[in-house]
Amino acid sequence: MTEIERHSYDVIVIGAGGAGLRAAIEARSQGMRTAIICKSLFGKAHTVMAEGGIAAAMGNVNSKDNWEVHFCDTMRGGKFLNSWRMAELHAKEAPDRVWELETYGALFDRTADGRISQRNFGGHEYPRLAHVGDRTGLELIRTLQQKIVSLQQEDERETGDPEANLKVFAEVTITELLKDGDAISGAFGYYRESGRFVVFDAPAVILATGGIGKSFKVTSNSWEYTGDGHALAMRAGATLVNMEFIQFHPTGMVWPPSVKGILVTESVRGDGGVLRNSDGKRFMFNYVPDVFRDKYAKTEDEADRWYTDPEHNLRPPELLPRDEVARAINSEVKAGRGSPAGGVFLDVSTRLPAEEIRRRLPSMYHQFKELADVDITAQPMEVGPTCHYVMGGVEVDPDTAAAKVPGLFAVGEVSGGMHGSNRLGGNSLSDLLVFGRRAGVGATAYVGGLGAKRPTVSDESIDSAASEALAPFKSEVAENPYSLHMELQQSMNDLVGIIRRADEVQAALDKLETLKAREKLVAVEGHRQFNPGWHLALDLKNMLMVSECVARAALMREESRGGHTRDDFPGMNPEWRKVNLICSIDGDSDTVSVEKQPLASMRPDLLALFDRHELSKYMTDEELTALPEEDS
Amino acid sequence: MGYDAKFRVWRGDAEGGDFQNYTVEVNEGEVVLDIIHRLQATQAPDLAVRWNCKAGKCGSCSAEINGRPKLMCMARMSTFTPDETITVTPMRTFPVIRDLVTDVSYNYTKARQVPSFAPPANLKPGDYRMAQVDVERSQEFRKCIECFLCQNVCHVIRDHEENKESYSGPRFLMRISELDMHPLDTLDRKEMAQEDHGLGFCNITKCCTEVCPEHIKITDNALIPLKERVADVKYDPMFSVASLFRRNKTN
Repeated sequence: MTEIERHSYDVIVIGAGGAGLRAAIEARSQGMRTAIICKSLFGKAHTVMAEGGIAAAMGNVNSKDNWEVHFCDTMRGGKFLNSWRMAELHAKEAPDRVWELETYGALFDRTADGRISQRNFGGHEYPRLAHVGDRTGLELIRTLQQKIVSLQQEDERETGDPEANLKVFAEVTITELLKDGDAISGAFGYYRESGRFVVFDAPAVILATGGIGKSFKVTSNSWEYTGDGHALAMRAGATLVNMEFIQFHPTGMVWPPSVKGILVTESVRGDGGVLRNSDGKRFMFNYVPDVFRDKYAKTEDEADRWYTDPEHNLRPPELLPRDEVARAINSEVKAGRGSPAGGVFLDVSTRLPAEEIRRRLPSMYHQFKELADVDITAQPMEVGPTCHYVMGGVEVDPDTAAAKVPGLFAVGEVSGGMHGSNRLGGNSLSDLLVFGRRAGVGATAYVGGLGAKRPTVSDESIDSAASEALAPFKSEVAENPYSLHMELQQSMNDLVGIIRRADEVQAALDKLETLKAREKLVAVEGHRQFNPGWHLALDLKNMLMVSECVARAALMREESRGGHTRDDFPGMNPEWRKVNLICSIDGDSDTVSVEKQPLASMRPDLLALFDRHELSKYMTDEELTALPEEDS
Repeated sequence: MGYDAKFRVWRGDAEGGDFQNYTVEVNEGEVVLDIIHRLQATQAPDLAVRWNCKAGKCGSCSAEINGRPKLMCMARMSTFTPDETITVTPMRTFPVIRDLVTDVSYNYTKARQVPSFAPPANLKPGDYRMAQVDVERSQEFRKCIECFLCQNVCHVIRDHEENKESYSGPRFLMRISELDMHPLDTLDRKEMAQEDHGLGFCNITKCCTEVCPEHIKITDNALIPLKERVADVKYDPMFSVASLFRRNKTN
């Protein structure tokens, strides 16, 4: 076979969003020769789309905030299905990770006394989100990108080569992880630009590939979100957890059609925006579930007072966790009380002076003005649910981000467990930083432990990955990858979307079987140089595998919880809270199997942070009886 | 509502290429990038184009539409008449890779030449204190999405390949200005702006400001103030008068 370009590193990081960059910074700082591989240009990752902020209990705005409160909010938001250990580490370490960004050059908005300002967000008890207007994700990416540059400048001063210890391979797609026996030995991929293949020899691979939104028709996610990391991990023998839980962000744009799904930040509501139906009614007051009833305002007057006096008033129901708001909007539209374009109205124009709106929500003002010709300081926005985030992902060790396969790590959206059945806004950016750093530390320790006995990449594994990648050029029966992708998106959107039923999910699974068969016949035109048809053909395989995980797990979980709503099983079932669903594939088979696995029980000191009354909403009688007596 | 539009798209690679004509469906509310995607899905599956967010936030889909540098995701079809032929070409300042995709590595090289943020050595994480009013100036420049349209349109390098070596372009001169205005940065960046990054080449024609999709006032708020500060320590023909005036005042 022809000569293939090869590179050797200690650690490779696949994905250059917040998680990948933070992991790479850590691995390099711990002395690992590190490569970052990304599908897009450096600095374009989907993290730039994050608007609201980074959740961290720094207590700058309300000194009552601390990691315990943040931990409890996170568990509550995830309906107690979270990996409690991840939620604990996340809440404890997030403030340090944010402060560290300032040393890299980040410029957050400030409080009056010059500290990092923090804003309110759905599900967070206190103002907790460090932010820069409504472009916090961009600030995070740029800051980490510039930190990488500064490390490269350091290396240049010391070695003469800026890329001696840390190199970015932009516009490279990894199609297969390579193994030596049970352990990771490297990765195989191609340059998008030239179509040339490339092999990375590396004992540790950190997956930071983000989510799976591109399997759905209406999504806030960019083209990169094709579930690559999820699928690579499965094919390498790792397991996925929580895949049935998909977050539909309540407020995506619904008009014009070409931008349907693009995000409208939750900050609009945090800063005073309200949701109204076509009757002009603030309908969220009708949708406060029992578990949250004593935490949210019952009248518009009280809700409005909360913005200026949060100490003495309950918060408005527009700030319920995302799953609740998304379902409420869905119900209003179904009941015929929707807006002309099929959403509901989100209005900030009657709530804040125009100048204030432009100052606090500059990107939203800009986005609506330029994409929809709507002036949000003068008229309401039309919004509806959009596929935004997958809670599920690679099952990892909470402390090190290590997956089941030796040498494989996963961090950020591609990992699972941290957010349980529903993620709180703002907890994603902090997740990226906390576990990005931990994955860097974990990979370094793993590589250190190997000593000289590194796994090697075999020629056979390279040949097999290469022929798999070239398959779309050899097909004679032509299936168009673009049409297949559209059929998949329509099917997932309609049948495994925000509200699910057994017969519909089964229909989606049947459809997936036919799509899988047709995927093998996909043919692409042209040659290998920057050929988007070919790129999509390869991504399609990953999307199909991940979609099957979502559908199979969704069919098995017979309850409604967080980002999984079953029309035929409404309500949470305490028995199901004790269960995780684990997806895997067997060897070379492309059929997903799902198994039940008991959740680890929470450490008593963490359990003691909740009162018995609250726990009784989530736990079985048996579990409640086993709890220690509450001090009175 | 829907109509068939005439598109002329440049197709080719580093070796050369030409325009190809397409007739393609357009629906209400669409942008140029939607039409390019429709071409991919129906007529030209291997048409190369970069894009990510489709919301004007990532700065990937830069191109020239009827000769004007723009993000394709922010170019609404309603700004054209149905009988207009819409010409889409890659950014001119950077070498073509294929079709609408260009080699923008010049920008990454220049980014690496700007010395990084240098905070005071004894300042601990968590102890940073800055006033909102002081961070706002640099925050404006940090809105930059690195679409490189300002670099593309800057005449110093647009048709002058030979200047690329000594000139970093508006994006990175603005980055220097951003760090210079950072309340806690300790480096003196005036000398390097002039000596290493070619600030003197800029003769403030404001082309960069005009094309900025983030509406950053690159010239007025970043480049001119930087020139003024350089002029305090150095001679620049554009600002000799200003610096004379200032000297008189301080004397």
